[in-house]
Amino acid sequence: MQENNATVASAASNEDIIAVQDLNKWYGEFHVLKSINLNVRKGERIVICGPSGSGKSTFIRCINHLEAHQRGNIVVDGVELNEDIKNIEAIRREVGMVFQHFNLFPHLSVLENCLLAPIWVRKTPRDQAIETAMQYLERVKIPEQAHKYPGQLSGGQQQRVAIARALCMQPKIMLFDEPTSALDPEMIKEVLDVMIELAGSGMTMLCVTHEMGFAKTVADRVIFMDGGEIVEQAAPETFFSNPQQPRTQEFLEQILQH
Amino acid sequence: MQSEELPVKPGRPKPWNDPRIRSVVFQLLAIAAVIWIGYTLFQNTVNNMASRGISTGFGFLDETAGFGIIMSLIEYNETMSYGRTFLVGLANTMLVSGLGILLATIVGFIVGVARLSSNWLVAKVSLAYIEIFRNIPLLLQIFFWYFAVLGALPGPRQAVNVGDIAFMSNRGIVLPKPIFEPGAGLMGLGLLIALIVTFILARWAKRRQAATGQIFPVLPVGLGLIIGLPVLAYFITGGPVSWDIPELGGFNFRGGITAIPELGALLLALTLYTASFIAEIVRSGIVAVSKGQTEAAAALGLPPRRILRLVVIPQALRVIIPPLTSQYLNLTKNSSLAVAIGYPDLVNVFMGTTLNQTGQAVEIVAMTMAVYLLLSLSISILMNIYNRAVALKER
Repeated sequence: MQENNATVASAASNEDIIAVQDLNKWYGEFHVLKSINLNVRKGERIVICGPSGSGKSTFIRCINHLEAHQRGNIVVDGVELNEDIKNIEAIRREVGMVFQHFNLFPHLSVLENCLLAPIWVRKTPRDQAIETAMQYLERVKIPEQAHKYPGQLSGGQQQRVAIARALCMQPKIMLFDEPTSALDPEMIKEVLDVMIELAGSGMTMLCVTHEMGFAKTVADRVIFMDGGEIVEQAAPETFFSNPQQPRTQEFLEQILQH
Repeated sequence: MQSEELPVKPGRPKPWNDPRIRSVVFQLLAIAAVIWIGYTLFQNTVNNMASRGISTGFGFLDETAGFGIIMSLIEYNETMSYGRTFLVGLANTMLVSGLGILLATIVGFIVGVARLSSNWLVAKVSLAYIEIFRNIPLLLQIFFWYFAVLGALPGPRQAVNVGDIAFMSNRGIVLPKPIFEPGAGLMGLGLLIALIVTFILARWAKRRQAATGQIFPVLPVGLGLIIGLPVLAYFITGGPVSWDIPELGGFNFRGGITAIPELGALLLALTLYTASFIAEIVRSGIVAVSKGQTEAAAALGLPPRRILRLVVIPQALRVIIPPLTSQYLNLTKNSSLAVAIGYPDLVNVFMGTTLNQTGQAVEIVAMTMAVYLLLSLSISILMNIYNRAVALKER
């Protein structure tokens, strides 16, 4: 297993916003995640890639406890993630998530989608919440759609609303679970542009994606997972030009061929 | 618009192949057939009634009925008119339907949610309940409750005694009857004030949350007020309500309020039967909300009960309400099975006894059918209004 020097060094630093140690998860008999270790520094941008079924989505879903793990430790922003509901909710307040299928609330307008959590979780006054929501809707470039319903928007627009909805909670970390996989090719760019802009603002980001161009542009570190393990991790320059593991080389050959 | 001039006119089809001409011809034929059938029926009825010497018209409604009815919500005795029997039957039908809808909704929602419980026992008991009650004919269930359960209770002298104030026997359930004395008005006033204050409180809480973000627990405080204020009024005024407690006298109870076993059996059967269908409707409504919705809400940090109220229920209701409406209609119409155990509903009293005594079949059947139609349409309209209120705009 390749252990990058930079990662080892950062493990000791107290700037780690996410610390995952010996994370293991089983679905019944099936061992999905095998002893995952990962430390993420504040403001770091990480891209996780790998073949389907490699456990990459399951892994980031463990970080905000949408999936329960059976062994190991996860500490997010100083809070230990265990079965304690208070801890789980505290972590979810600080961790935004964007899903492959957007998962916007269809019965609420775009604006109401963005207001729901700030009002009911952060207990923000409505006017203030609207102000923040409009700011983020402008940032994802669709303030004019605020009063429409998700069903009236294109896939790319919906995904941008989903990003704005997560940002309205002003999270410290953003998780992206294949945010562009359900989009038509011409809509991928508008979502990636928003994500690149967000990366430039210093947000800590974990992205599961196959957009290698995005990985090269913004990632501080690229992680390759296969069979529930982290096979290799490196800075994008090294990762793409000089992969060490045969499985990584094989994977990159597959996806970079065309 | 010269460009629209076609060089060759499309050929017109032969008249018998032209769809427009065909549809007009068929419609005319259909109308003629309906008119002919209607006319024949009408003539036939008029001829038959004339040959049997039955007069038509609604004059019979003013004649004296001369028969007793075992249960009536409005004042009734046998010297009153047939018109009055209609109202007695109607009130009894509306009572059992109204109570049935209310109870079936409550039981149905509880069982439907319990069916999805992660507790194995709760989920399986709910499943067993649903499968048993929705797969046995309703008429059988009515007989079961009437003969096997309520009919098997002991006679009044050996009645099941609940703390000396209520009694269960094969003559029905007898409960104490409240008698309001002067001063009881204050309790009603307390209730009214509590309702108004709760309403104002809810609006204030909404505005305060919008302004400051603070969430106020409207439901528990409101419930506390609605129960607390009348109770407070009761004690302040020194207990202005006395109770008429039933007593055994001779072969039956005197005083109190009696719920006859026919009502109990019919209500139980209608409620439990319909609730099993409503439970499945509720379950399917909740399941229809995709898991992604719950996950997205959870990822935003919303606690489970807020997810249920703000995200799942609004979307589930849209799936639940239309089939729920048909269950309400079914229950109302099924209440006419009352005739099987002698509960004096509209069909039993009016289309049964009154029809037998007067022979005014056409008028009575028409009136009864019109009543059910009207009841059903009213329920439909109310539910449609509610449906529109909760429906998703979405687009």
